[in-house]
Amino acid sequence: MGYLEELFRYDFMIRAFAAVLIAAPLLGILGTMIVHRKMAYFSDALGHSALTGIAVGVLCGAGDTDLPMIAFAVVFAFLLNRIARAKLAARDTVISVFASCSTAVGLAILSRGGSFGKYSGILIGDILSVTKRELLYLLALFAVVLVFWAFSVNKLAAISVSDSLAKSRGIRIAFVEDLFAVLIALIVTLSIKWIGILLINALLILPAAAARNLSENMREYHAYAVLFSVFSGIAGLVASYFINIAAGPAIVIVASVIYFCTYLFHLRFPS
Amino acid sequence: MKKIKKPCGFHCVRIRDIGVQIGGQVILEHVSLHLHCGELLAVIGRNGAGKSTLVRAILDDVAHTGSVEFRDTENGGMQKIRIGYVPQSLELEPNTPMDVYDLIASFRYDTPVFLRKRRVCEEIAEALAEFEAEDLIDRRLSSLSGGELQRVLLSLAVMDRPNLLLLDEPLSGIDKNGMDLFYEKADDLRKNYDMAILLISHDLDYVAKYADRVVLMDKTVLAEGSPAEVFSGEAFRHVFGSAGPDAAKGAGSVLARRRARRTPEKEERYEAGYKGRSGKDGLS
Repeated sequence: MGYLEELFRYDFMIRAFAAVLIAAPLLGILGTMIVHRKMAYFSDALGHSALTGIAVGVLCGAGDTDLPMIAFAVVFAFLLNRIARAKLAARDTVISVFASCSTAVGLAILSRGGSFGKYSGILIGDILSVTKRELLYLLALFAVVLVFWAFSVNKLAAISVSDSLAKSRGIRIAFVEDLFAVLIALIVTLSIKWIGILLINALLILPAAAARNLSENMREYHAYAVLFSVFSGIAGLVASYFINIAAGPAIVIVASVIYFCTYLFHLRFPS
Repeated sequence: MKKIKKPCGFHCVRIRDIGVQIGGQVILEHVSLHLHCGELLAVIGRNGAGKSTLVRAILDDVAHTGSVEFRDTENGGMQKIRIGYVPQSLELEPNTPMDVYDLIASFRYDTPVFLRKRRVCEEIAEALAEFEAEDLIDRRLSSLSGGELQRVLLSLAVMDRPNLLLLDEPLSGIDKNGMDLFYEKADDLRKNYDMAILLISHDLDYVAKYADRVVLMDKTVLAEGSPAEVFSGEAFRHVFGSAGPDAAKGAGSVLARRRARRTPEKEERYEAGYKGRSGKDGLS
């Protein structure tokens, strides 16, 4: 009990736990379809684009860079999807080109006059920085994602299996894909502050990838992904407090260990 | 298989003047086809002849000119066409966490796949039972054989009682028994449902055995008629001559051997068989 009391003695720890408990299931749920639809690279690019969002905010003189970051990520996700769909080049190549360009522009602007040090914290994130307002954003997003998921998970699963079959059933592929991309952009941007740009993608991908090693069907896939994500979030946060390391890396290390365990289990007992 | 309805013969699907250009290159031009309910039309052609593009155009999956119409010839009215589609294959990873329920539910139902509803389960099992596949409902997709997957896809395709069923015959992963079953099921559908079937085929032996009519394509329609008419035509020899694709070559040589074994009397019965079948269904 003593440990728990110590953990919840501070407001910032309570906010941190609340953030993890709201964001981790979201990351787990969205991750299922990101992995299912082979979009890991796409979500990684979105994370990197956050730097450019901050840079745009700084250029515009915005004191709070949250909104410019979110706005940029949404626009970037939308454009990236549209351009990748045009099939002018392989999807991963297009994403790589745009992600590199966007990151470079962001770094160039933020490093102007040698001031990048001010923003370097965002690379690994800071769990203590979560504010009440950001918690409210996360809660709102939680509700939006649940509604979207209830209506769209079938369509996303269908599109991932066969585009043309999905089209023959009247599924509006571009619309569903765009909405999904925008939601990924929102959750990535809102979670970056406490997980960090370098590791946000790992938290989207690892729980779902681990769940895939154990799941026979979509029900198990969702259940395991959310379970692994929440467990990694809480265990990583507790560990980060007591070992005194950044929470983002601690959470991702726990998620990685879970992944390797499930991978070995899958090798030993292939389904 | 449960019989739903005999083909009424009054419905027809008209595919009018379909043309597709991709990047300035003509893939299809002036393709017009006409199918009656209860008819199985096979589309054949060499690789790259535009068969798959035709399917995509009919599904509106590629920009095209022309139109697909569904007409009730008894009342003369036009209706919105319902198309069922069985693709050649699915994009599945070895560890894709989807079972047969998930596949059908994701395409056919609004109930989220992660909430397994009993009502949906029962309806899906019933649809699968029409193709003797009800035992597959909990099987992971990646564990299904090619033939089993085709039966599942057929179940999904006919659940909404389509007016036009597009079948893209699987190229690989199905043994001879599986292929026999696939064609027998297509034949059952043709006879027992009120739908027209357009089959993209790579195996001329099966086409000869099951199709009512054959369309030979190479960017446009080169020849159309009964299998015997098309296979004996100049266009067929031109397309599948000695340099034809392996499948066609193999099938072509089998057909040639069969023809060589037939006596004139047998040849007559062979021809009459096709005409008889077309006539029986009121499709001649």
